[in-house]
Amino acid sequence: MAEKILMKGNEAIAHAAIRCGCDGYFGYPITPQSEVMETLMEEQPWETTGMVVLQAESETSSINMLYGGASCGKKVMTSSSSPGLSLMCEGLSYLAGAELPCLVVNVVRGGPGLGTIQPGQGDYFQACKGGGHGDYRMIVLAPASAQEMYDFVDLSFELAFKYRNPAMILSDGVIGQMMEKVELRPMKPRWTNEEIIKNMPWATTGKTPDRKQNVITSLALDAAVHERLNHTLIAKYKQMEDEDVRFENVQCEDAEHVIVAYGCMARICESTIEMARKEGIKLGLLRPITLFPFPKKEINRLVPHLKSMMSVELSTGQMLEDVQLAVNGRIPVNFFGRLGGIVPSPEEVLEAFKNSINK
Amino acid sequence: MKEEIIIAGFGGQGVLSMGKILAYSGIMQDQEVTWMPSYGPEMRGGTANVTVILSDKKISSPILSKCDVAIILNQQSLDKFEESVKPGGVLIYDPNGITRIPSRKDITVCSIAAVDIAAEIGNSKGYNMVVLGAYLKMRPVVTLENVIKGLKKSIPERHHSLIPMNEKAIAAGMEKIEIKNSL
Repeated sequence: MAEKILMKGNEAIAHAAIRCGCDGYFGYPITPQSEVMETLMEEQPWETTGMVVLQAESETSSINMLYGGASCGKKVMTSSSSPGLSLMCEGLSYLAGAELPCLVVNVVRGGPGLGTIQPGQGDYFQACKGGGHGDYRMIVLAPASAQEMYDFVDLSFELAFKYRNPAMILSDGVIGQMMEKVELRPMKPRWTNEEIIKNMPWATTGKTPDRKQNVITSLALDAAVHERLNHTLIAKYKQMEDEDVRFENVQCEDAEHVIVAYGCMARICESTIEMARKEGIKLGLLRPITLFPFPKKEINRLVPHLKSMMSVELSTGQMLEDVQLAVNGRIPVNFFGRLGGIVPSPEEVLEAFKNSINK
Repeated sequence: MKEEIIIAGFGGQGVLSMGKILAYSGIMQDQEVTWMPSYGPEMRGGTANVTVILSDKKISSPILSKCDVAIILNQQSLDKFEESVKPGGVLIYDPNGITRIPSRKDITVCSIAAVDIAAEIGNSKGYNMVVLGAYLKMRPVVTLENVIKGLKKSIPERHHSLIPMNEKAIAAGMEKIEIKNSL
């Protein structure tokens, strides 16, 4: 078995990028995710795999460097935290409009504005409902451990290239800063130019006499062409919902009540479930791993057997709306959240749950 | 086995690195581990703390409201974390700079004069290892052999010549810990 190394979630992102054959990282430092670029700079992958690591002059530059790299069919990524992500939203919309694959990591802190550097989950809407302008979606993965931070880098690239669409890892200050055991997966080589030309016929790899030029743009002034582009995008998002929903069920099968939580809150709620079970309360946990596409069908399957659901988030209730949509009024959907970078303990969540069903 | 530990003191005392060495020792013993630091402005001079969990089973929450052991290295941390120790648990503190000693009667309270001990053995930088030794004496959750392995993993290779000094500091901590009240 491969050696297990103690590392932060942020460090795991960096090691995973190098080892899964990423071509380029472009970023700008911000707490609580600065270890991503720090680790990459320490590892110096340009000496080994040839991966480029560049500190851009701003987040706006980073995201547009992704546009350039992705246009050439390269595996490119950036990472930031909430305020930095806001600066990238214009670029994300352009990447989605031009159908470009890339990976953006957001290690969320409390907002709005500069907010706090402590953990938050208030960027759910930004990640799942847009952020940038126009009708677009991103594939959004929510890791709940350092190992998942590692594994979701490769998975994100896989999905981003499958759909030619930006993918996001939506993490938080807890998962980014926490150290856990991480198993490094086998090294994957970077794609060669020949492989890129063969597998990414849309990329701007240099026109040859036997094909038309490839144009990467999100601009379509012809109404019919533009409507067609939007329908192409919608079809992709539909396919994501059909093929790539991921979630984890913890003791949901005999549960009377289910907590829905992702990222760090899923870890904390797992302890809440254990405590509740000791008291004889049949409580389960649904952990969405993909926040878009959201596990609507799974909620739909669980609802007939449940008395209530509760969304637990480090926000004022954002994922809550997706849970409510999926439940569609059939059972009560309650909410518990803490703000300001305060992360509730498992006991606090259990008490909130008990209050929610006794009110 | 599940051991939940909070280590708290000033930034610069080696709180986070002591936690990291303990967590790595757990990995060497094939345990599941989490290491969750306070991060941010604390690192630049204020109080720093870290929660370390060692367990035979998968660890769910890395965040705790109660712990089995609190290792306390300054007064602010004592004020903040004394009440967090579970009844029957252990509180280890360094009396240096402590103006109000722990008052709990339902936990085991131990003191380790780590600043003085580290100075006596001529290794003031080994302060946190003296404290780690005191902890291991009270709670032998990982073997000394695995702690040394954990040290090797946590410290860059160019500093591996310092490991014997750290080992001595751990031994000194084990020897000099004082139990103030036993349950």
